[in-house]
Parts: sequence; structure tokens; C-alpha cells
Amino acid sequence: MNWQAITLTLRLALWVTAILLVVGLPIAHWIAFSRWRWKFLVEAVVALPLVLPPTVLGFYVLVAMGPRSPLGAWYESWWGRGLPFTFEGLVLASVLYSLPFAVQPFAAAFAAVERRLLDASATLGASRWRTFFRVVMPLSVTGLVTGVVLSFAHTVGEFGVVLMVGGNIPGATRTVSIDIYDEVQTLNYAGANQTALLLVVFSFVVLSVVYALNRKEWPAWPGR
Amino acid sequence: MAGTIEEKIGGGLEVDIRRQMPANGGPGFRLEARFSAPPGITILFGPSGAGKTTVLECIAGLADPDSGRIRVGEGVSFDSGSGVSLPAARRSVGYVFQSLALFPHLTVEQNVGYGLAHLETTERRRRVGEILEAFHIAHLAQRRPREISGGESQRVALARALVIEPAVLLLDEPLSGLDAAIKARLMDDLRESIARRRIPVLYVTHDRGEVFALGERMVFLHEGKVVAEGLPHEVLGAPRLEPVALAAGFENIFDATVVESHEEQGTMTCRLGQTAVHLEAPLGRFAPGAALRLAVRAGDILVAAAPPSGLSARNILAGRISALNQVDATVVARVDCGVEFEVHLTPGAVRALALEAGKEVWLVLKTYSCHLVEGSAAA
Repeated sequence: MNWQAITLTLRLALWVTAILLVVGLPIAHWIAFSRWRWKFLVEAVVALPLVLPPTVLGFYVLVAMGPRSPLGAWYESWWGRGLPFTFEGLVLASVLYSLPFAVQPFAAAFAAVERRLLDASATLGASRWRTFFRVVMPLSVTGLVTGVVLSFAHTVGEFGVVLMVGGNIPGATRTVSIDIYDEVQTLNYAGANQTALLLVVFSFVVLSVVYALNRKEWPAWPGR
Repeated sequence: MAGTIEEKIGGGLEVDIRRQMPANGGPGFRLEARFSAPPGITILFGPSGAGKTTVLECIAGLADPDSGRIRVGEGVSFDSGSGVSLPAARRSVGYVFQSLALFPHLTVEQNVGYGLAHLETTERRRRVGEILEAFHIAHLAQRRPREISGGESQRVALARALVIEPAVLLLDEPLSGLDAAIKARLMDDLRESIARRRIPVLYVTHDRGEVFALGERMVFLHEGKVVAEGLPHEVLGAPRLEPVALAAGFENIFDATVVESHEEQGTMTCRLGQTAVHLEAPLGRFAPGAALRLAVRAGDILVAAAPPSGLSARNILAGRISALNQVDATVVARVDCGVEFEVHLTPGAVRALALEAGKEVWLVLKTYSCHLVEGSAAA
């Protein structure tokens, strides 16, 4: 088994999950509570990675990170090296790719919090922040855990985006799914099987946890 | 008059708001509520969908009126003229929601202490402890909302709203679904708390039994407009508008046309619908020919088995019983006199007069039992 690939993958998934928690919460909060009439456009953009082929997403992320794009140029001028084919670039691409897996469960959980509880909190003098941390978050725990677990698992299992953006650099961008692909290419079926089986077991455990947490209901998208 | 009471006490609530209500399936209407509430309980009464909850939400800052002004004590919390609209968190409004909205993940103690986050722990504990005692729920402090009864939940919600020492207390059907004994005890505790604080309390209900039990000044809201104000027996006992008569439980409401007014006798003669039935009603400010509604309580009508004579009552109508039904301790009789009246009798009276369906009877209606009211269009 390629332990380097496994630790790299875990490192990637942890970073991505942590970033998604920070980025996903405000986006989910906005989606759950905004009354903006064009909100559905934002919801559609967030959901795009669900339906786009990873190669399409990966291609545009690669272009966006390239030295000819403003983002790529800016990053390179700051850090002295480009984003494509680096671990950081992979993190950025994975955050975009796993965004709906964090935002949708978060938003569904927020939307399910009874509105009157938010009203009650407001009339009791609480700010929006206090209402969020004392009422919305505690009542959304299962949705938050679901989002975290799903985005972690989804990052662990991604392939196309990694290939497009990260390539196949051991220790930097060579994740388990790439490793399995390589093993098969070199006809090392036994090695591929070991890693693949590990992923199967891991995914099964993760999904069991998610479904156990949400035995009552698991809305795929926040109800309105 | 409300103004002079407030000047003496100074801590009243003044509401004058307008808001377009969305048409949720039915026809939308315009909320145009204008009333004041001195310290003490004021009942905000009206049928479901009259806009009562929206009025509370506007006062609390959970909804914004399109225009108007809301004043609580000395402070203006909303004024479209000068662009003032305080956020809900800064309005100092105690609000007991119809659903109570207790935080399910917090204990009773944490729920009640939620609005005191700005205080030191010891002070917060003391205030929470005090109010839990006052509402007799100290023993529930460590329970969660799903572990306590409905009546206990209502006490927690009241304590949570009052512990922040609000400038005004809003109660949205706070006692709905409780049985009478629990209701009465809770009401006593509530009155005591309110009396000590001298704040205006708006008590929303659509239950007229509750209105009479409370006996406080009431504001009658119908389709967003205040159509009557006063003590319950004034408002509901002598309605001037059909919706008020309906809410007050008048069983008999007919179309009526003023035929003639007799100022020297203090009465006016009205014809019911297109029939030949004429009734004498108290003199009102209606012109002959005016199309109105005439309301009579089923319990205000006497039944005679023989043509009565020598009565002061001006209205005696001959008719025939079309149906008799006993409902609990009341017999509901339908009597056809050209128009059909509902009459309430005791089972004893039915036996004594040997009343049965098909029997000829005479209905006796006092002039003052006949209330001329304007149709809802006039509201």
C-alpha cells in the first residue's frame, strides 16, 4: 500500500473540510435565510459541481490558476510559485468541487430550524451572531456533521479534478485514487486492490455514520 | 380618554400602523390598526386572520409596517415619518408566541436566562431564580422543554418574556389548549406579575369566553381594522357591526330594513329581509330605508305556548317550531315565523310548555334585545 498517497489524501481532505466549514457556513446561512429573489441562481452555482464532469471543473480551475489569469498571476507574485500541480492548488480545486456536499446539508439544517425560535431570540435581545451560535448551530448539529463527513469523504474519493489540476506528483498531488489508477496502469492488480478496498470500507463507514445520524430525514436540498 | 389615562401613568403603548397583508389564498386586505393600550391588560380580539399576530409582530419589530408609528412609553420604536425602526433586539418587548418557541436544546433555566446574557452570572441566577419561583416552576429548572407539560411550558414562556423587564408584553393566545383550572391559576400568577411591573400587556385571543373571563378593556380587530373598543360587555353585549355581533356569538342575524323611526317612543320599526316580519329595535342613527342587519341572541328570546298579553315587550311573533335539539343542558329550538329564529331554552321549560316540533308558539323579543348592526362592508 502507498502510505505516502494515503497520508497526502488525508491531509488534503482535512484541509478541504476545515476550509469548507469556514466558507460553507456563511454561504449556507445566506441560502437558508435570504429572501433575495435571484437566490436560486446562487443555489444553482453552488450545486454545479454535482453535475459537471470533474474534467470540466478541473479544466476551468486550471485555467483560472494559470499564470495568465489574474488570480494565478496574483498568487505567483505573492508566493513566488504558481498554483497548478501543487498541493495548495489541489486544496483550492477540491474546495470548489466539494462545496455542495458541505453547503447543502448545512443549508437544509438551517432552513429546518423553526423560524419562531429565531424571532424569540431576537425579542430577547440577542444579536444575529448570538442567535446563530446559541440557537441555529446547536439545532443544526446533525446537518453540520453530515456536511463535514460528506465533504471529507468526497474529497478523499475525487479523481478527475486531481488529475486535471494536480497531476501526479508523489507527496504533493498523488492521492489514493490516482495511485490506484497508476497501479492498474502498471498491471499491479494486488496493490490496486488493497488501496481500493480500503476506500470502499472507508466510504461505507462514512455513509453509515451519515445515515445513522439522519435516520428521520435526510433532505437532499433545503426545503422552502 | 385613553390619552388622559396615559398622561397620568405615562407608560402606555400607542399603535398607528398600516400594512398591506398578502393574499394567502384568500383576498388580501389592508391592515390599518390604530389604538392605544395603557398599563395593564388590553385584549386584542378578533376572528382568525384579522391581523392580530401581524400587529404584535410589528410592535416587536419582527415585521415592518408600510407606514405608521409605534410608541412604547417614552420611546418611539417605529416611525415611518422620521425613518425610525429599531431592530427587534432593541425594542424591549416581551413576546410569548402562540407556539411558545421555547429553545428545545436548552433547559428551563437556560431558556429563562437567555435574555439576560448581558448580566453577571450571579445576578442572572438571582433574577432567573426569582421569576421561576414567582411562576412556580423552580423545580423544573434543569428540565428541557420536551420533558414538561403544556401548562408548564406556558409558564416558562411567560417567565422568559417577563424576566427581561420589557417595556411592553405581547401574549399571542398564551392560554390556548389549557384546561380551565390550569388557565385560572396561570392567569392569577400573570396578573400578579403584571400588576407589579405596570406595563401595557396586549393579550391576543379569538376565544370570547376568555375575553369575558379576563374582563379587561378590549380592542376588536376585523380585517385589519379596529372596529370597536371598550369593556367586553360594552363591545360584545351591544355590537354596532355585524362582524362584532358574529364574534360575540349572536345566533340570529338577519337582513333588516328600517321602515320608520319613532323618536318619541325611542324605537324604530324594521322589516326582516323580504318578509312581512316587523320588529321594534332601539332608536339608532339610521335613516328609514337603510339596509342593515338585525342581531338577536338565542337566549334573549322568550317562548310562549299561548298568545301573550300585558307585556312590556314590543315584539311578539307567531310561529311554529320546526326542530328541537338538545345540546348539553340547552335545548336549541328552531322557530319559523316567516324567518327562522334560533331560540335557546332549558329542558325544564320545554317540558313545562310541552314543546315539540310542529307546535304553534309565540316569540317575545324585548326591544333592547334587538341590535341593529351595520354589515361588514361598512367596517
